[in-house]
Amino acid sequence: MNSLTLFLRKFSLLFSRKRFRSELDEEMAFHQEQAEQEFLAAGMTAEAAQYAAMRQFGNATRLKERSHEAVGFRAETVIQDLSFAIRQLRKSPAFAVTAILILALGMGVSVAIFGFVDAALLQPLPYSDPNRLMSVDENSAVFPRSNLSREDYEDWKRLNKSFSSIEVYTGTGYLFRNADGTEPVPAARVSDGFFRTLGVHPMLGRDFASDEDRPGGARIVMLSYGTWLKRFSGRRDVVGKTVSLTGDTYTVVGVLPREFTFGPRGNAEFWAPLLDKSGCEQRRSCHNLDGIARLRDGVTPEAALEEMKAIAAQLEKQYPGSNQGQGASVLPLTELLVGDTRPILLMLLCGAGLLLLIACVNVASLLLVRSESRKREIAVRGALGATRARLTRQFFTEGLLLALVSCAGGLGCAAWLMALLTRLVPKDVAPFLPFLGGVGINTHTAAFAVGVAMLSAALFSLTPILRLSFLEIQAGLAEAGRGSAGRLWRRLGANLVVVELAVAMVLLAGAALLGQSFYRLLHVENGFDTTHLATVQVMAPDSTYSKDPQKLALYREIERRVGSLPGVQSVGLTTTLPVQCNCNTDWIRFVGKPFHGEHNEVNERDVSPGYLATLKARLVRGRVFTEDDDKSKPQVILINETLARKYYPGEDPIGKKIGNGSLEPASIREIVGVIADVREGALDGEAWPAEYQALNQQMDTGFAVAVRTAQDEKTVLPVLVSTLRQIDPNLGVYGEITMTDQIDASQTALLHRFSTWLVGGFAAMAMVLGVVGLYGVVAYSVSQRTREIGVRMALGAQRSSVYRLVLSEAGRLIAMGCVLGLAGAAGAAMLMRKVLFGVNAWDARTLLGVSVVLAACAMLASYFPARRAASVNPTDALRAE
Amino acid sequence: MARKPDLLPGTLDMLILKTLTRAPLHGYGIALSIKRLSDDVLTVEEGSLYPALQRLLLQGWVKAEWKMTETNRRARFYTLTAAGRKQLGLELSEFEQMIAAIGRVLKDAQEV
Repeated sequence: MNSLTLFLRKFSLLFSRKRFRSELDEEMAFHQEQAEQEFLAAGMTAEAAQYAAMRQFGNATRLKERSHEAVGFRAETVIQDLSFAIRQLRKSPAFAVTAILILALGMGVSVAIFGFVDAALLQPLPYSDPNRLMSVDENSAVFPRSNLSREDYEDWKRLNKSFSSIEVYTGTGYLFRNADGTEPVPAARVSDGFFRTLGVHPMLGRDFASDEDRPGGARIVMLSYGTWLKRFSGRRDVVGKTVSLTGDTYTVVGVLPREFTFGPRGNAEFWAPLLDKSGCEQRRSCHNLDGIARLRDGVTPEAALEEMKAIAAQLEKQYPGSNQGQGASVLPLTELLVGDTRPILLMLLCGAGLLLLIACVNVASLLLVRSESRKREIAVRGALGATRARLTRQFFTEGLLLALVSCAGGLGCAAWLMALLTRLVPKDVAPFLPFLGGVGINTHTAAFAVGVAMLSAALFSLTPILRLSFLEIQAGLAEAGRGSAGRLWRRLGANLVVVELAVAMVLLAGAALLGQSFYRLLHVENGFDTTHLATVQVMAPDSTYSKDPQKLALYREIERRVGSLPGVQSVGLTTTLPVQCNCNTDWIRFVGKPFHGEHNEVNERDVSPGYLATLKARLVRGRVFTEDDDKSKPQVILINETLARKYYPGEDPIGKKIGNGSLEPASIREIVGVIADVREGALDGEAWPAEYQALNQQMDTGFAVAVRTAQDEKTVLPVLVSTLRQIDPNLGVYGEITMTDQIDASQTALLHRFSTWLVGGFAAMAMVLGVVGLYGVVAYSVSQRTREIGVRMALGAQRSSVYRLVLSEAGRLIAMGCVLGLAGAAGAAMLMRKVLFGVNAWDARTLLGVSVVLAACAMLASYFPARRAASVNPTDALRAE
Repeated sequence: MARKPDLLPGTLDMLILKTLTRAPLHGYGIALSIKRLSDDVLTVEEGSLYPALQRLLLQGWVKAEWKMTETNRRARFYTLTAAGRKQLGLELSEFEQMIAAIGRVLKDAQEV
């Protein structure tokens, strides 16, 4: 008999189940009857014969089941188990709903966070063979990774053998002119092989050809997909058309595909070849490019780094003036793109995992309580011949059903949560986090969800199986299901609750630390008044403002017009606003001090006379700029206290002179004042030395306007923008934002805010689950000990001693949970050090505060069952059994 | 109560098939027949008989049909099929070979 016909016969039997069953019944009834008659014939009484026949026949149900098994599929019993499991859940809807809700929430949160982890850290970058892509840069004592200078890049490209290609990119901005006027747009300049190296092909038109990036080359440009849609209505004939960018005419040669993203220049709308060297690019000492490169086959990143270091050393010897101390850095491109988010994402994943753990433990203890009340059922099923394997499978089926239903709910919850979190990322920031586009329900997240469900199913089936050791079947029957509050259960349930409390404690401590860290971050000393400060960026077209008097006139006009707006107290201009970055630096040298080619790198800001007063920065010594400090006067600068401390320790810097690396006469300027540090870099960054040059002496066409207002600074923003446009419609005016909003939206603050809220949410849920779990355990234990309590009270125990009895038991669990939790929290805090700001990981006050809060809530939760226990009427309690 | 020897594992199918070579029988009849023929030594448990019958039916070695007994009761009678006869032959020869082998071993063991 071949297996196919066998299968077909079995299959056909599936549909004649009913007949099969009734025939079997009839056949067996016949058999039993015959046997009975035989016993009768042997001289038994009718009753004895019937009994003997029945006994001989044995367990009829079991027998039928076995006949069934002989012809049925294994899956069929699985379906039986499943339908039984469903009946079980429907029979106790309160349990089912609670368990499924808790689990769905726990799973949803973990799957959602995993979605982000997966998109950012696990999914490969959307480039061809991304593992071979490296971020190649210079490095120096101050920066582990610093920009390349164009001349260094050209030498690196020529000399290296490790990379099949090495390309650079840098951010820029253009004034884009269209029918509506002029608009500043973010853009990028790249070397010609940039897209080829990434493995990105334009969806329309062509890529840059090699050598198209050389100085003097034709002005060509590629469009981002979004720009093509938004500014060119997605017209396919855009290729070959010209666009006007900052007064120059560029020919569009291609459009990048929709899926192309490049985080570091995520908002770039236009991509142009490098072409002419900017002022900075003409100097080997000026670094403004970032490099990417593709490793040749068989070359390791380490080997490439060694080679680049050797090349850097060679250049250092060749150009000691500019390349002193300039090394090389080779990192996987992934590291550059997502390295910063890794610690935070992993922390969040751990938090979500802990929440899931609590949810699972909570449901497991619920199952434990149920298994206690199902002891009798199990005993009966065992006595009726259910094998150990079959019973185990039944538990597994129930656990699996619970886990899978929750998993479906959890996936829904995760999808919603992922969409919500992605939406919460501000629009300005989102382009720099391109992985956000990959967040969602996909095969990875679904597989993760199923994996989590399987693990929890295992946990859920294991708990009752462990509990109901089958040796106890007879005991279960004998006990007739009366609760003797299985000591084992009490121990297992209590242990589970200790785990829950400990985990809740870890999450609470983590949330508290993050909250404090966030608070410190927002209240960090900035060195200026961040409130009532409105800011806007201005880009003046070089064509109109090529000469210094024109620029000066523009500055003065802006100061006059904006300064006379209602509610505006003062106006200041700067090349870079505070709380941006330690960037736009200058390398300086001190007149009259020994010099050995070291890099004295300081922040450089060119500011108008009114700027520092507008910020309310504090002048420590000397004077601020006046309108007199213009091109006709010797150059003057202000420095911050960090610069004074670092380079003029114990000296009065006023009157001292500094210049550039070679002390060219034109670069020499005199220090006229010292101000208290204004935070230029990120909120959690350290203070850098900074110099403030007079904008009237170092004119620039790109600058920011800062306005100190008397009223709400938000209301000034629209007026500010329209006033600037009135001054000159060709000015690029953009990025209007209040200083407080800008600080709130800074990447540091965002990451902190996100993690604080998320971990805070996890902790709140964890605490509720933990406390409810404790309540459940104590309440159950009280209900099981009603009789005992009744006896005690009948024998004269006071109500207070009953309270003590219950609360001391709860207190022991809480204490154990807290102690374990403290140890866990200390460990977690150590792991979180990287993401904390201004908070000691071992912050005893935080840990103590958290344990007090948790313990108080937990004690409160145990108070209610204790009160119920104490109000037991001894007579009722004794009669109850 | 004296303990009766258990059926040798794997022999139940063969015994059923053999019993059916003489005439179609119902389940009870098969059990009775085996018991009588073995002089009450072998008892077929109902618990094994019916699952075994289902298995044989499924394999196509026996057929079943509902007929009337001499006492005018409806019962399911099992009949040996050609495939069943073949299978019986196969099992018998395997069984004899095994018995012979066991016999040889036992005999050898006694001689030592």
